[in-house]
Amino acid sequence: MQAHARLGFILLLTPLLLWLSLLIIIPHIDMALLSLRERVGVAQYETSPANYLTFFGEPLYLRTFMRTAVMSILATAITLLIAFPVSFYIAKIARGRVQSALFLLCLVPFWVSELVRTFGWMILLRETGVISSLLQYLGIASGPVEMLYNDAAMMVGLVYTSMLFMVVPLVTTLQSLDDAVIEAGYDLGGSGPSVLREIIIPHATPGIVAGSIVVFMLSLGNYLTPTMLGGKDSLWFTQLIYSQFIVRFNWELGAAFGFMLLILSSVIVWAMLRLTGQTLEKTMG
Amino acid sequence: MKPLNTLKLTASALALCVAGLAQSASAETLRLLTWGGYAPEDVIAAFEAETGHKVEVTLSNNEEMIAKLRATGGGGFDLAQPSQDRITGPQEEFGIYKPMDLSKIDESQFIASMLAATKANTTVGGEVYGVPHVWGTSGLVVDTAKAGSVKDYTDLCSADVAGKVSYRLKRPTLIGFAFAMGMDPFAAYGDEAAYSEIMAKVEAKLKECKPNVKTYWSGGDELMNLVRSGEVVASMAWDTGGWKLNSDNPDITFVAPASGALGWIDTFVLPAKGQADQAAYDWINYVMRPDVAAKITESAGNFTASKGADEYASAELKAQYQASFPPEAVDNIKWYPPVPAGLEAIEGGVLDRVQAH
Amino acid sequence: MTPDLECDALTKRFGAALAVDDVSFSVPPGSFFSILGPSGCGKTTIMRMIAGFLAPSGGDIRIKGRSVLDVPPNKRPVNMVFQHLALFPMMNIADNIGYGLRRKGLPRAEITRKVGEVLERIGLPDIATRKVEELSGGQKQRVAIARCMVLEPDVLLLDEPLGALDLKLREHMKIELKALQAAFDTTFVYITHDQSEALVMSDQIAVMNAGRFEQVGTAQELYYRPETAFVAGFVGDSNRWSGRVETASGGTLGLRTEGGLLMQATAHGRPLATGDRAEIYVRPEAIRLARQDADLAQFDNRLSGRVTSLLFNGAASRILVQSDQGGPEIEVTLPQSGEFADLGRGDAVHIGWSGAQSNCFARTGAA
Repeated sequence: MQAHARLGFILLLTPLLLWLSLLIIIPHIDMALLSLRERVGVAQYETSPANYLTFFGEPLYLRTFMRTAVMSILATAITLLIAFPVSFYIAKIARGRVQSALFLLCLVPFWVSELVRTFGWMILLRETGVISSLLQYLGIASGPVEMLYNDAAMMVGLVYTSMLFMVVPLVTTLQSLDDAVIEAGYDLGGSGPSVLREIIIPHATPGIVAGSIVVFMLSLGNYLTPTMLGGKDSLWFTQLIYSQFIVRFNWELGAAFGFMLLILSSVIVWAMLRLTGQTLEKTMG
Repeated sequence: MKPLNTLKLTASALALCVAGLAQSASAETLRLLTWGGYAPEDVIAAFEAETGHKVEVTLSNNEEMIAKLRATGGGGFDLAQPSQDRITGPQEEFGIYKPMDLSKIDESQFIASMLAATKANTTVGGEVYGVPHVWGTSGLVVDTAKAGSVKDYTDLCSADVAGKVSYRLKRPTLIGFAFAMGMDPFAAYGDEAAYSEIMAKVEAKLKECKPNVKTYWSGGDELMNLVRSGEVVASMAWDTGGWKLNSDNPDITFVAPASGALGWIDTFVLPAKGQADQAAYDWINYVMRPDVAAKITESAGNFTASKGADEYASAELKAQYQASFPPEAVDNIKWYPPVPAGLEAIEGGVLDRVQAH
Repeated sequence: MTPDLECDALTKRFGAALAVDDVSFSVPPGSFFSILGPSGCGKTTIMRMIAGFLAPSGGDIRIKGRSVLDVPPNKRPVNMVFQHLALFPMMNIADNIGYGLRRKGLPRAEITRKVGEVLERIGLPDIATRKVEELSGGQKQRVAIARCMVLEPDVLLLDEPLGALDLKLREHMKIELKALQAAFDTTFVYITHDQSEALVMSDQIAVMNAGRFEQVGTAQELYYRPETAFVAGFVGDSNRWSGRVETASGGTLGLRTEGGLLMQATAHGRPLATGDRAEIYVRPEAIRLARQDADLAQFDNRLSGRVTSLLFNGAASRILVQSDQGGPEIEVTLPQSGEFADLGRGDAVHIGWSGAQSNCFARTGAA
C-alpha cells in the first residue's frame, strides 16, 4: 500500500522535475557557464569573468541597464495609477453584466498578437496617422505631428501591454474587500482619501504587489514594444541581449547580459517586497 | 564538462522530441533556410513535381541564419543562403557548414565570373563552401521630387532633409558611410586597428547625423511604409525596394550613391549536419536554370547568377535597373569581401553607442 | 425632551419598487429601539438612510432635532455596527477603535487614553495589540461596538450584529448588549428579523412589513395586544383559524371557523360586525390542558381531542392536539407542574381558553 503511494508520488513528481530541470535549470546552468567563457582566438575559449568586466566597463551597457530598469519601474507605476481606478470601478461599482463586460474589455486587446497591438499604436501615433490627421483636421495642429519613436510612445505601448496583468490581481483583491468595511470607514468619520489610504490600499497591497511584479517583469523583458515604438533613441536591455546573440554572434556576452537582467529583476522584486512588507508566498498564494 | 557539451545535451534532448516529426518524413525532404522571395510557390511546386523531393521553407536573414545554425551546430536545415561575405568567418569560428561537392553542380548554368568570385570568397582551408545565387546592391532610395539633393549616404545628414530620412543600424550603413566619407573600410578588413579608426570616424558622423533621422528602420516593409506615406523622403535601402516603390510612384527610385553602391551576393551553402544533400544539389541545379531563375528574379526583384536569365526578365525591371545603374555606376559597385571573424564586435560597439547616443 | 432620532414620513423608492413607505417614528434619548421584520421588509433600507449611505426619496430624518439629510455619512452623529461587524482586518484592535478618533484629528495621547478606557468598559483591557482574526466572535462583537461608542455618537445603529453567532453566544450577547447599552447610556437602534432578540432587549419595537410599520410598542404590547394580524402572526407563536363572525354583542364575538368550530372571542375594541370574515389568533400558552372537561368549566371555549405529537423542548414543551370536532391541529403549551408528565400520543385530552385571550382581526383582501 505504502509502496503504491510512493510510486504514485514519484510518477506525479516526474513531469514537474523534468520540466524544471530540462527547461529551467539546465539551460540556466549552461547560460552561466557560457557567460564565463572568453573568446581568445578563432574558436578558442577560456574561462574568465571577462564578459562581466565588459558589462561593467562599458558605460553604454550600464546606462542601458539602468535606463531599462528605471523605465520599467516608471511603466509599472503608471500602469498601477491607471489600473487602480479601473479595477476599483470593475470590482466595487460596476454590477452584473456591466462588470463582466468591462472585464472583457480589458481582455480584448489580448485576442490579437502583441505585434498587431503594437502596430495598432503605430497607426495611431505616426506622422501620417490617425491622431495626427485628426489634430490637423480640427485645426489644433498646423502640420503633421510625429508622436512615434520616442520614450513617451514606448511608455504608452508598455502600459497598454501590461494593463490586464495589473487589473486582474487588483480586481481579485478588491472584490475580496467587504463593501461594509469601506462603509464602516466612512461611517466612522473617514473621508474618501483617508478610506483609500487606510483601508482600501492596505487591503489591496497583495494585489498591488503581485500586479506590479508581473508588470515590471513584462516591461523589463519586453522586446517588441521598445523596438517598434521607441524608435531611434530607446535602447532597451533586451535589444542588447538580442543583438549580442543574433547579430554579433557573441553568445558569451549575451549570456552575461542575460544573467545581469535576471539579477536585476530579482533584486528589484526583492526590494519591492521588502518595501511593502509582503512575502512572495502571500502575494502569489 | 565543457559548456558546449551541456548545450549539446540540452539541445539534443529537446531535438529528440522535434526529431520524431522530422525523421519520419522522407529523407528527400529539403529543409531550406532562405530569404523572402527566393523560393516562390510555383517554383517549389514545379521542383517537387519534377524531382519528387519535398521542400520546406524557413524565411530568415543573414544574422538569424547563422544564429540558428550555430544553435544546432549546423543541423535542422539542408540548404542555407547567407551572403557570401558571411561564410568564412562563421565557418572558422563555429564550423556550421560543410564543403560543396562541385561535381554535383552544373557550373555551366552560372555566370562564370560571379561563380569564380564567390568560390574564392567562400574558401576555407582549400575547400569551397558556397556558390552564388541572387545578387543585388544597397544604396539609397530617394523621392527625387522632395529630396533631389541626396546623391550619397552623407547627404542624408544635410539640413534640407532633416527629420525625413531613415537608415538601418546595421553594418551596411557603417560601410556605406565610410565609403561616402572617402575611406575604404574593405581595405582595412585585415587590420583591426585601422578598421577601428575608420569606425570611430563613422560613429562620430552617425551621432552627429542622428537628429536628422526619423527612425532606424529594421524591416523592409517598415521602410516601404515610411517612404510610401511620405514620412521619409530618403533612406538607405536595397535596390529592389526602390524599384518596387518606383512602380507605385515614379518620383521615388533607387539611386546608386556617388561613392558606389554596395554589392552583395547571396549564396547556397550546405549546413554541417544537413541530411538531404542530394535534394540540395538538385534544388541548386533546378533554380539556376535560366527560365526558373527568371521567375525568382520576378519574385525577389533581384537578378541571379544564372547565365542567360536576363532574357526572361521583365522589361520594367530591366528599365529600372538601367536607370539606377548607368555603366559607370556598375563599375563602381563595391562588392563585400568576406568579413573576418571578430569585426562584428567592433561594429556592434559602434552601433550600440550610436543608438544610445 | 427632544428625541434622539426622528423619522418623518420617510420614503424610499428603488425604481418602481417602494422599499420604505411613509414611515414615521421617534426614539427617545437613551432607549433601545428595535425594528423587527422579515427579510426584505425595508428595515435595512431605513438603517442605511439613517446612516447616510442612501438618500431618502421623501421625508426627513432628524437627529437631536436637526435634519441630517444633507450631512454626509462621515459627518453624521450616528455610527453603525455592521451585520458582519466590518472590523478593519488590516489594523490591530487599538487601531480599529482609534480609527474614528484619528479621523477627528485628536492628539495621539488622547486617542490612546480613550481607546484604553473603552476597552476597559467592554471588559477586554488586554487586547489592544491583537489582530482582528485572533479574537472570538463575542470579542469581535464588543470591539465593533466599542469602535463606535468611543466616538460618543448620538445614535448607535446595529444591523443584525448577532446573526453570525452561534445560538449559545447569541443568547449571551443579547443580555450583554442590553447591559452595554445601559452602561453607555446611548440610544441604540437595532434591526433584526429575530423576534426574540427584539423582545428581550428593546424598550420599544417597531414591527415592519412590506415597507410600512405595522405597530410600534413595548414587547408586552406587541405580544399580548397585536394591532394587526401580521404582528399577531409574526411576534410569538399562535394557533390561527379563519372564520366568520356570527354574533357580535357588547364586545363579545361568536365566530364559526371554516372547519365548523364555534368560538367565543373578545373584540378588544376592534371593529368587527356580524358577517365579517375574521382571523382568530390564540397563543399556545393561553390554552389550558385538562383530563376532564369539568376542569375547564370557567372557559368559554372548550374542545376535546387526542394528542398527535409531543414536542419536548424543556420549559417550552408543547403538544399538538387534534380536535374531535375537526379543523387543524392545535398547539398547546405543556404545563411544567408534572401533572401531564405521563401524557402519551393518542391520549384523550380536553382543552379550553378564555375568549378574552384570543385576538380577532377582520380579514383583509380578496382572500
